[in-house]
Amino acid sequence: MKKHFMLTLLLVLALSGLAQAKTLKLAMDADPVSLDPHMQLSGGMLQYSHMVFDPLVRWTKETTIEGRLADKWERLDDKTVRFHLKKGIKFHSGNELTADDVVWTVNRLKESVDFKGIFEQFNSPLKVDKYTVDIVTKVPYPLLVSTATYIFPMDSKFYSGKDDKGMDKAAINKTGYSFANDNLSGTGKYTVSERQQGVKVVFEAFPGYWDKQSPGNVDKIILTPIKNDATRVAALLSGDVDFIMPVPPQDMDRIEKSDNVKLVTMSGTRIITLQLNQNRVEAFKNPKVRQAIVYAINNAGIAEKLMKGRATVGAQNSPKGYAGHNPELTPRYDLKKAKQLMKEAGYEKGFEVSMVAPNNRYVNDEKIAEAAASMLGKIGIKVNLKTMPKAQYWDQFDLQVADIQMIGWHSDTEDTGNFFEFLLMCPNKETGYGQYNSGNYCNQEVDSLTLKVQAETDEVKRTAMLQKMERIAYDDAAFVPLHWQDLSWAGKKNLGIESIVNVMNFPYFGDLVIK
Amino acid sequence: MIAFMIRRLFQALIVIFIISVIGFAIKQSVGDPVRELTGISVSEEERDEFREKLGLNDPWYVQYGRFFGDAIQGDLGTSFFYKRPATEVILEKAPATLELVLVSSLIILFFSVPLGVFSAIKPDSLFSRALMGSSIVGVSIPVFLTAIMMVYLFSIKLGWLPSYGRGELVMLGGWGTGLLTVDGWLHILMPSIALSSIMLPLFIRLIRSEMMEVLESEYIKYAWAKGLSHRRVWFIHAFKNTLLPVITVGGVQLGVTIAFTILTETVFQWQGLGFMFMEAVERSDAPLLVAYLMFVGIVMVGVNTIVDLIYGLVNPTIRIAGVK
Repeated sequence: MKKHFMLTLLLVLALSGLAQAKTLKLAMDADPVSLDPHMQLSGGMLQYSHMVFDPLVRWTKETTIEGRLADKWERLDDKTVRFHLKKGIKFHSGNELTADDVVWTVNRLKESVDFKGIFEQFNSPLKVDKYTVDIVTKVPYPLLVSTATYIFPMDSKFYSGKDDKGMDKAAINKTGYSFANDNLSGTGKYTVSERQQGVKVVFEAFPGYWDKQSPGNVDKIILTPIKNDATRVAALLSGDVDFIMPVPPQDMDRIEKSDNVKLVTMSGTRIITLQLNQNRVEAFKNPKVRQAIVYAINNAGIAEKLMKGRATVGAQNSPKGYAGHNPELTPRYDLKKAKQLMKEAGYEKGFEVSMVAPNNRYVNDEKIAEAAASMLGKIGIKVNLKTMPKAQYWDQFDLQVADIQMIGWHSDTEDTGNFFEFLLMCPNKETGYGQYNSGNYCNQEVDSLTLKVQAETDEVKRTAMLQKMERIAYDDAAFVPLHWQDLSWAGKKNLGIESIVNVMNFPYFGDLVIK
Repeated sequence: MIAFMIRRLFQALIVIFIISVIGFAIKQSVGDPVRELTGISVSEEERDEFREKLGLNDPWYVQYGRFFGDAIQGDLGTSFFYKRPATEVILEKAPATLELVLVSSLIILFFSVPLGVFSAIKPDSLFSRALMGSSIVGVSIPVFLTAIMMVYLFSIKLGWLPSYGRGELVMLGGWGTGLLTVDGWLHILMPSIALSSIMLPLFIRLIRSEMMEVLESEYIKYAWAKGLSHRRVWFIHAFKNTLLPVITVGGVQLGVTIAFTILTETVFQWQGLGFMFMEAVERSDAPLLVAYLMFVGIVMVGVNTIVDLIYGLVNPTIRIAGVK
């Protein structure tokens, strides 16, 4: 009799537990390529890292920085920031998080092909005591704390030693087996309970999760990668999934009008640009011709019509909210002035150029390229456009096969300097600066400013310099700025999406509330 | 018979060899896997080191030699994306595609034979005319459109059928099947209808025209003259000879169907070979591409062999070379 009673009790408890358990069915355009957070630097991998690991600090919705595993931090000198870890945080394996894990993780990041660039300026961290660690840079580095958003401490005990194949557990392997590709132990809210690559990943809430303050109530997340835009939207509208990202612009109106789902958008930080190759075209060396091109391209029209208003027209690299965003710089579109400039430059008759763009990398990339090409036709520049899939595009981009090339760029450091280092500094094979500067724009003043801001820790001075850099590039018409793509998410009405999304596009699913 | 099989096996090997060479030659132009595998801010030098490590900087015939040496031992290389042997990935994805093709074939068989035969026997009836008219329309609507329209109607508007994926699977050894659960059947319904939509009208028309031709022939006239029952003439004498060309075309079309699965699987996120192939192209996952092409080659040769054997059974006057 007693036995029966106990069984019934257990059953009731189990059932009531089930009633409380909230499951989120999530569809993204891709799934994590690995369980190893250091294998590849991509938006998808960082989204994954935020689910199963926690960073020392993270960006908030207002692009300020808040502590996660670190309780507080203070700058000791211009090269050192001391981080105090929260006590008693457990990894999924049961090991406790200590300063050793942070040291180990930063050292591993410096070994990772993809991350080593971001951690170029960092020395090995110094352990002060069990819960305190000093992060040290080689030179004064103003972006130290924002770079700490990339430090997701890994369970160093778990990832050390030899696996059953006799290989080092800490090894990072991009193309084959490694222990870290298939196993994980982090401090995050979720562990991965099942994973079929390319098919689905199941995340289960970790009972020993440290953050009891978080309102999040989702116990299980089933992530299905759905690459095809139409299929992903159909899955949401038919109720097969609860949440999708990204949302294709052509379907946004429909989702907004729908009764059971809602759309959340936010202006993004990825600038889409065209580069004018001065080494290939003599005319592009003339700033007047470059300005004429910028005046001829109606980027506000592209953002409004082609992007259906789901983009923010730009006149510079830095989006609003970045220190370097220069409010004086406004979009220029003036066909008369463009023709006038062409005349002054002595190219009234125009000329012929080639152009390449990807067709599956940015939102509407191919259409944008076509629109820009036809706009240039109005000032006598005949454009021969070729578009291709991204798998082939970047090699062609590097070879600089065309006179005008499209590139979109998001700053990994959420700072203006990054745009200039990669897109506008004089290309230099030795230093690696200007790696994606296929316009071959080269301006000593811009170069020296970009190098200066890297080590300028005085905020006010630094901001002035960054804004000056944007101003020079604008006056020089160093490149053609188009717009920043909006970020977009859509989900059922009962999901509190608004409070977990941010401009970095890492939804903090651990904090998601399902009503 | 034995000689015939041995010859076929030999042919199969040649076909697969040629496919692998071609696959290898085109893989150079598919794109650069290293780009896919590294973040955008990785330097050119690092990328080149990585290429060197993967052996992608060697001339393609050197790479092919290496691949061939491994392939002989049954190793087709490791997929960059899945980080597992390509053969393993293919075998894991094959059941999904085979089930889809199987259900589609059943739909085609089930509908095309009665409809085709009926419209041959009663070519002037209203139903037959309507059927012929609509079959023209059916052939000309792309699979892609059919699929998307079905999803819109049955998933979004009516909410009857799931819009993507395979649903609940049951593992039989290494074969994940969706045919043993209700959920699995609900999931396979739309993709298989979409896939059969292109072939069904073709088969109806084929059976109809073959049957009409047979009904004109001398021996049928003789059968009528003998006073045999309608049923006997139509379903025994005429139908048997109608089947010959249908089997041949059916075999060839089976191969084409595998190609069509690429579209269907993409729309329905059906985790089979076609979907895998599309993704491998996008990711320049060369080992997987070559393995897929070889797999399809093997299937094609296999199907053709079976068709030839069945042909001999149905029509004893056809002699397969080598069969005594």
